[in-house]
Amino acid sequence: MEFFLQLLINGLSIGLLYGLSALGFVMIFKSSSVLNFAHGQLLAIGAFFFLVLVSWLQVPVALAFLITLAGSFVLGFTVERIFLRPLIGESLIFVIMLTVGLASMFKGLLLFFFGGNLQTYPDFLPAWLALQMGNIYVAPVYVASSLMGGIFLLLFGLFFKYSPQGIFMRSVADNQTAAMSLGVHVKKVFALSWAIASLVAAMSGIVLGIINGINVHEISSIGLKVFPVVILGGLDSIGGAIIGGIIIGLLETFTSGYISPSLRDVIPYIVLVVILLIKPYGLFGLVEIERV
Amino acid sequence: MRRLHFHPCGNYKESYADELALFGTDFGRVWAIVGVVLLFGAVPFISSPYILYVLNITGIAAIAALGLNILIGFTGQISLGHGAFFGVGAYAGAILATTCGLPFWVSVPGAGIITALVGMVFGAPSGRLKGLYLTIATLAGQFIIEYILVHWESLTKGTMGIMLPAASLFGLELNSDLRFFYVIFASLLAMTLVASNLMRTRYGRAFIAIRDNDRAAEGMGIPIFFYKLLSFAVSSFYAGLAGALWAYYMRSISTEPFTLGLSVEYIAMVIIGGLGSIPGSIFGAVFITGLNEGLRFVTDAMMNFPGLSGFGLNMASLREFAFGLAIVLFILLEPKGLAELWRIVRSTFRLWPFSY
Repeated sequence: MEFFLQLLINGLSIGLLYGLSALGFVMIFKSSSVLNFAHGQLLAIGAFFFLVLVSWLQVPVALAFLITLAGSFVLGFTVERIFLRPLIGESLIFVIMLTVGLASMFKGLLLFFFGGNLQTYPDFLPAWLALQMGNIYVAPVYVASSLMGGIFLLLFGLFFKYSPQGIFMRSVADNQTAAMSLGVHVKKVFALSWAIASLVAAMSGIVLGIINGINVHEISSIGLKVFPVVILGGLDSIGGAIIGGIIIGLLETFTSGYISPSLRDVIPYIVLVVILLIKPYGLFGLVEIERV
Repeated sequence: MRRLHFHPCGNYKESYADELALFGTDFGRVWAIVGVVLLFGAVPFISSPYILYVLNITGIAAIAALGLNILIGFTGQISLGHGAFFGVGAYAGAILATTCGLPFWVSVPGAGIITALVGMVFGAPSGRLKGLYLTIATLAGQFIIEYILVHWESLTKGTMGIMLPAASLFGLELNSDLRFFYVIFASLLAMTLVASNLMRTRYGRAFIAIRDNDRAAEGMGIPIFFYKLLSFAVSSFYAGLAGALWAYYMRSISTEPFTLGLSVEYIAMVIIGGLGSIPGSIFGAVFITGLNEGLRFVTDAMMNFPGLSGFGLNMASLREFAFGLAIVLFILLEPKGLAELWRIVRSTFRLWPFSY
């Protein structure tokens, strides 16, 4: 029973991380229908930016966090502006391959500057954040990441529901042509959604970095784990990303705990295929019925 | 010799047969024959062993890229699992050669057929999915195949890898780069002819119709699921054949090379060469293999140069950067790829001096 509970807690916390990582991905897909293969690298860039500020330049943690968020906002904006904008209206393969190309560019640059070794942040989370329930121990990072995930989710919920920009973004996601004819600046919305996605990615990257340490290869591979998560939750559902992430996280830890640790990395993809075959739009995705 | 003349300045085709002809003029046919004679008669004898090795792996990559172009460029189904199919081919070839003890000329096409079957299994989701959902399904296929290759140890020997016996064809031991050169490039030539002719048949036309508009294709009576599966099968056959040739050429294989990175490399070949262009696939294979080897050469040179060795070590990561940059630049600046550049160069000469 204790084993089960520990697995449950581990699964929940890993799943929450997957969900957080998937948030930015969903945001880009929702507004511009771009499948972003460079998402893992966006996570890594955020994590390394924070590392440079905190460990090398000794900036206070809170300030460094804000600077990282601002920096990655600008990065996302720039990437959309330079690379993605010329491809509006181009066919799917070019958009996919462009993000794949971006992924290897970013990865190459990160490896060039930081190398492939594991790096860690200085320990800055207060110990009182840890939770102790009987024999189950929850480390401070997990509590902090849950809190941060919750706060961001709330902020995004409010942003999408009430702010004009958020409403524009939803309208573009819903119907691009109609939004355009109603005077929504679609290109601005694309740029904004990349910027926000990059910001969320940086935040998730930092959390990942605190928990597992920062390693380019490790964090980049999370960018691919995002696919089962978002397919399960529905490609265009933000809440679905979180729930999908938690399900995939639980699935992974229970598989490695009860069946076989080596199956852990492939089980999400097996689930992915099954879901694509029986319910391609995921649990919460928008169903577009098309009969051929 | 009916029409031994230069390319005309306009479109003067008078019949469908003209339109469908592999070569627009006999002039083109003569050039093609000259090219093939030079390729087999002169190139292997003037190139150093290293160049010969690079040519061989380029030829193998070109076969796989041709297959992927049939799937992506002609049928419009994006597959991120081609690297894994290549691996299936390599393993199928190796297992047929060692465990079953089949000769070279049986196990290579046999590997192609096995890979075609595997490709059909992983292409089956295309019955329900299209576009990016299908792409993600093939991505999952890539990871699942990788997992099976590593963990089905009774068959694939897992991470230990498999050593292959020396290949022999018609009683001739294929033990040198030179002999492999002939086998590889003869296969490439044959597979190119098959691919170009396939696109002239009803099957190829159906592929193109599905790419252009699947709903309209279905409306015109093309059973699209059948043709999508067929396209997956043909494309995987190419990958499997290339993989088996690669396994024989390398003599020992392990599970390492067949990652998502390899799949991405093949897609890069297809895009940089030119989507939906048969010569484009070969250009792309030459470009990417050349880029890989060139960058490796630069990196090695820097490693050995005193004072720059630390920098050279970092350069290894810049290879990945340069690779990504090439993809991004081609997509942004010349999305039709090298085939389009080649067409522009040719028509510049053809229309000279009034090239506007």
